Amino acid sequence: MTHDELKRVLLEEIGNIAPEVDIATMHEDADLREALDIDSISFLNLIIALRSRLGVDVPEIDYPKLRSLHGALEYLGARIRNY
Amino acid sequence: MAEFRMPSLGADMEAGTLVEWLKQPGEAVKHGDVIAVVETQKGAIEIEVFENGVIEKLLVPIGQTVPVGTALALIRSAGAPIAPAPTRAAAAAPPPVAPAPVAAAAPPRALAGPPAPPVGFKSSPAARKFAEEKGIDLGTVQGSGPDGAIVFVDVENAWRQLQAAPPAKALPAAKAQPKGIDLAAMRNAIAAAMARSKREIPHYYVLHTVDLGPATDWLSLTNATRPPERRLVLGALLVKAVALAVRALPEFNGFFRDGRFAPSERVHVGNAVALRGGGLVAPAIHDADRLGLDEVMARLRDLVNRVRAGRYRSSELTDPTVTLTSLGDRGVDALLPIINPPQVAIIAAGTPARRPWLIGDEVILRPLLQLALAADHRASDGHRGALLIADIARRLTEPKGL
Repeated sequence: MTHDELKRVLLEEIGNIAPEVDIATMHEDADLREALDIDSISFLNLIIALRSRLGVDVPEIDYPKLRSLHGALEYLGARIRNY
Repeated sequence: MAEFRMPSLGADMEAGTLVEWLKQPGEAVKHGDVIAVVETQKGAIEIEVFENGVIEKLLVPIGQTVPVGTALALIRSAGAPIAPAPTRAAAAAPPPVAPAPVAAAAPPRALAGPPAPPVGFKSSPAARKFAEEKGIDLGTVQGSGPDGAIVFVDVENAWRQLQAAPPAKALPAAKAQPKGIDLAAMRNAIAAAMARSKREIPHYYVLHTVDLGPATDWLSLTNATRPPERRLVLGALLVKAVALAVRALPEFNGFFRDGRFAPSERVHVGNAVALRGGGLVAPAIHDADRLGLDEVMARLRDLVNRVRAGRYRSSELTDPTVTLTSLGDRGVDALLPIINPPQVAIIAAGTPARRPWLIGDEVILRPLLQLALAADHRASDGHRGALLIADIARRLTEPKGL
């Protein structure tokens, strides 16, 4: 999987939990939960979706590392096989 | 023969639009079955039947808006004699209401009463099914049927366009506001219910701060060994703690109607869920006091997801016996809630925050949660309210017992 493919999957899943947000204009370092206005259940939905799409199980203790788009790409990229 | 009527899903609801029949004449139904979907100010709501029997006849076609109380279908009660031959023949013939497409349905009749509130888009079952299969949001589809109803070909065209467009671009565009929810109408509904509450209910408030350390420690430990699907959030603990506490103090669980309070045997905890883009609803988790924490969590996640998709059941909206409103982990310290009539109590949880706290003679940083109770003085007094909040707090400090 390439960086661009990973980013596409991540943006798709973010789009599923925050459909009205224009993710194209979102800053890579913005706090995802602030920018998307999502609660703990929506965030959990995202984590569940990422596990089924990418095979990466994000433990709760690592949630802070997925706070920004940039951080999430880095974290997930380091854990995907064949990246 | 029983009449299945357009239910009232709140004191302010005047009419609803039938968008889908899930049962056809001749089909057996039993208590609790969802038999129709109705569009209201609060979105598309699945309507349940409360008797056992067989659908005899559908009286209202898809797409029609009718006032509350209008008979929607005739149900032959279980055990009742089978209808005479002519009626049975009619039932065996093609159903009077074509299930699909919407184009076949009669145009909506003018309402006798005041005009119905604006409702969302309508769609045929076939269109809905295809959209679901292909993951297309009906809110983004232009309807070509009567009254702008979305029919199968509309969804098919939308699907083709999506296929033709590059996926990265198409995806954000394919998503929009929750289906079928008119935010202006919902604002009016909230305004009516809250104005009535503040006008009629003598509220009193009780506040308390609880050390959430034991609960958050227990959650971290529990979630560390679980896959994401089975993880718990604090909200689930709150639902269970509230459910157990009001079961022990029944003057906070039930309805104030016709000048008197009637406690409820069962505990249905309404959960205030904010909708993306504004507005909120508070559908119930039924019998929350009797469910295990995992089950409460599963129901909570299901409820939040369905609410945001604009799809929940009539009974979930009408029968909460007490409500919980929780700011979650990105809010402010506390809020003073307003009772949702005819309920008599609402519990609010602020956002947990690390603050100095006294343990023995030492000041220590602890995650603190502020709880607030608003209760109806016609049903209880402040002393009992304090007992309730203290009981909820105690249960949160012993999460294993939840």
